[in-house]
Amino acid sequence: MTAPIISFKDFSFQYNSQTEPTLRHVNLDIYPGEKVLIAGPSGSGKSTLGRCLNGLIPQSYPGTVTGSATVAGQDITQSSIFDLSMNVGTVLQDPDSQFVGLTVVEDMAFSLENDQQSQARMRTATAKWATTLDLQDLLTHRPQELSGGQKQRVAMAGVLIDNSKILLFDEPLASLDPASGKASMALVDQLTHTQDLTVVIIEHRIEDVLQQPIDRLIVMQDGGIVADDRPEAILRQSLMAQLGLREPLYLSALKLAGVNLDDCHHLDRLAELQVPGLTDKLQQWTAGVTLKAPVKHGQPLLTVKHLTFGYDPHAPIINDLSTTLYRGEMVSLVGQNGTGKSTLSNLITGFLQPQAGHMTFNDQPLETQSVKERADQIGYILQDPNQMISKTLIYDEVAAGLVLRGVDPATVEQRVFDVLKVCGLYEFRHWPISALSFGQKKRVTIAAILVLEPAMLILDEPTAGQDLQHYTEMMDFLTKINREKQMTIMLITHDMHLMLEYTDRTIVLGNGHILMDATPADVLTNDAIITQASLAQTSLYTLAAAHQIDPTEFVAKFVQAEREAR
Amino acid sequence: MQNQLLIGYDDRHTFLNRLSGSTKLLSFVGLSVIGMMTYDTRYLIGIMIFSLILFHFSKIKYRDVSFVMSVIIGFSVLNLVMVYVFAPHYGVDIYGTEHLLLGSSNHYFNLTTEQLFYEFNLLLKYTFAVPLALIFLMTTNPSEFAASLNKIGISYRISYSVAIALRYIPDVQSDYRTISLAQQARGFEISKKAPFMTRVRGGVQIMLPLIFSSLDRIEVISQAMELRRFGKGKKRTWYMAQKFQRNDYLALFVVALLILIGIALFKVNGGRFWNPFK
Repeated sequence: MTAPIISFKDFSFQYNSQTEPTLRHVNLDIYPGEKVLIAGPSGSGKSTLGRCLNGLIPQSYPGTVTGSATVAGQDITQSSIFDLSMNVGTVLQDPDSQFVGLTVVEDMAFSLENDQQSQARMRTATAKWATTLDLQDLLTHRPQELSGGQKQRVAMAGVLIDNSKILLFDEPLASLDPASGKASMALVDQLTHTQDLTVVIIEHRIEDVLQQPIDRLIVMQDGGIVADDRPEAILRQSLMAQLGLREPLYLSALKLAGVNLDDCHHLDRLAELQVPGLTDKLQQWTAGVTLKAPVKHGQPLLTVKHLTFGYDPHAPIINDLSTTLYRGEMVSLVGQNGTGKSTLSNLITGFLQPQAGHMTFNDQPLETQSVKERADQIGYILQDPNQMISKTLIYDEVAAGLVLRGVDPATVEQRVFDVLKVCGLYEFRHWPISALSFGQKKRVTIAAILVLEPAMLILDEPTAGQDLQHYTEMMDFLTKINREKQMTIMLITHDMHLMLEYTDRTIVLGNGHILMDATPADVLTNDAIITQASLAQTSLYTLAAAHQIDPTEFVAKFVQAEREAR
Repeated sequence: MQNQLLIGYDDRHTFLNRLSGSTKLLSFVGLSVIGMMTYDTRYLIGIMIFSLILFHFSKIKYRDVSFVMSVIIGFSVLNLVMVYVFAPHYGVDIYGTEHLLLGSSNHYFNLTTEQLFYEFNLLLKYTFAVPLALIFLMTTNPSEFAASLNKIGISYRISYSVAIALRYIPDVQSDYRTISLAQQARGFEISKKAPFMTRVRGGVQIMLPLIFSSLDRIEVISQAMELRRFGKGKKRTWYMAQKFQRNDYLALFVVALLILIGIALFKVNGGRFWNPFK
């Protein structure tokens, strides 16, 4: 057997800034040509492990290392980031923030420039990789102008140009729409074979990564490896939920239908899945579930009529858009990157002024209200909590809105404590915000808005960067305030799972119009809309279609069963 | 919505665009230095006309630069007024003669031809370099900007930081906008309606998140650069660096000639000033 290309032996690591080790006694061998998925809840140490692979640890993040770790034959404590980077190419989570070059071609050539290569050699290399990754027509564009999928291809080209044999992806799906994510995973799989790469993917969206074959799934928890096996074996034991990870949807469906997972073959590959008598079981289950009539929301809250907006009036981003949101609804707003989802929320909140159209909230016209007046009724939570937090202590941050509105101190304290309890932040109330994780910060920003008791909430990617546990907590919490306070909630998201399981209505935005406005199950079973809006079919659809069941009905029934189980 | 306050590069397909960035930078620096040193009016008018002709050929539209121009003109006029207020006899000191236009010689505020002539020279100095600077900034591809700084001897780390800082200006501007609106939504009044101190405090509220989000940005970008070996060697090459062409040598030759004429005029005039009053 060949020697491993990456080898960790009883490896532990403690950041100098932390009191406890982040990685504990890790033993891991990865062999050349393998495609490995590392998953785990936030704080499990998976990103830290990634930093060990590319040398950021211990070079940029100093700390204490025990045990040994070698990558491509080099001891990571002995070699520099520069040496390791010849062997390990890293694609970071957010391609936008890692572009250095002003144009695509310069960004691709960046590492060659640092190696002092001649211009002729740089031209040959960039031309070669532009062909491989289909970037020829984009070379002179600014990387920021590209779509999410194109950006990721540029980022890949920028590291593959070194001919490194190990490719490391840190949450590659986080900033992509579902269709681009799917395409990106397919490309990675193709490169693994054509370029003889060893690929390590750090990601918690397991189902999306498993769309392409994975050799090994490594699950981390509390700094250690708790599972290291072929994906099929881990899926069969139903370990995922136990380990704080989201199970693929089709697997949950199989379980609901009472399928014994031990009888299944190719459990990790839906396309090749073989289960004796599966069609009967699924059809039986579907026939046995009756769909309940959906809850009707009849009281209009926000009406939008003929709204038009564009930075360039000749190319409107929002073009003659009309819709109504009702009190107590939970709505998802989906669509391709850059299609105007955030623009629409900015128009509703008054951050941008429309060129035409009319909006009313609670029968009051919105045009005449200032940003602050609208904010009293419509809370908007930005995707990046760092853009919202302006105080250093949690209590002060949540209280700020009330204090500025001149509420008396006793009431402020009461309301802040109440909202902190609802958000699960009460114990942390005297903590500095800098000590919180990303997910906790996000909850602080939600608390700071909720305390103002708006009638409607708009959340931009509320669950991005959150593991299953925090995701479930956050969504249960939002569902609770939605039901109890009849608060209208609009979620802007790329997460098909989120829209399917938690929202009653989906608005699909494309080319400045509403392409479709229906239940999530209807949207996700409509091929034309899926293609137009860069969404992705869920595995439920594929499963239903393969077994002669009406996909829309099956998806709707599955969602109902899941919600009842919750 | 988005005003073009900052001046931007655009490929205008002129010979100035095709010159290498280093040539343009060297020419701009060289001509500015000699222009700042000399007070020879004939020479200053000469290079003023030269730079205006170049500006014409650069096909830069006046409305693209009108904002910058009006700021510069405003400051120049203010400066000329201040020079007169603080030193109304400086022209007389320099040129050694006194031709009174207004007032008498024992008044502090009088007006002499010498003073007017001196301030005219100042005006020429302030303005001749402006078209040259605009040409340099607006015809040099930003990608080439760092390469050309590096070529004239500035360390590549500094050159690259300058280029990256320029690239991040729009991002930081949009961050600022988002944060400011998010804070207004929370109830911070920072519009002109609020009293001055409230606005200042509101400004501070925006700075904190802006600094944090910028620091995040810097951390990510510097890691990304390190992971691609930025800073490994003492030197680096540049994909966009342009080799000197025949036109570059020609341009540098013309500029060198102009500078030599300037230096020769120091000898002829016996100093930095050309004195028409003698």
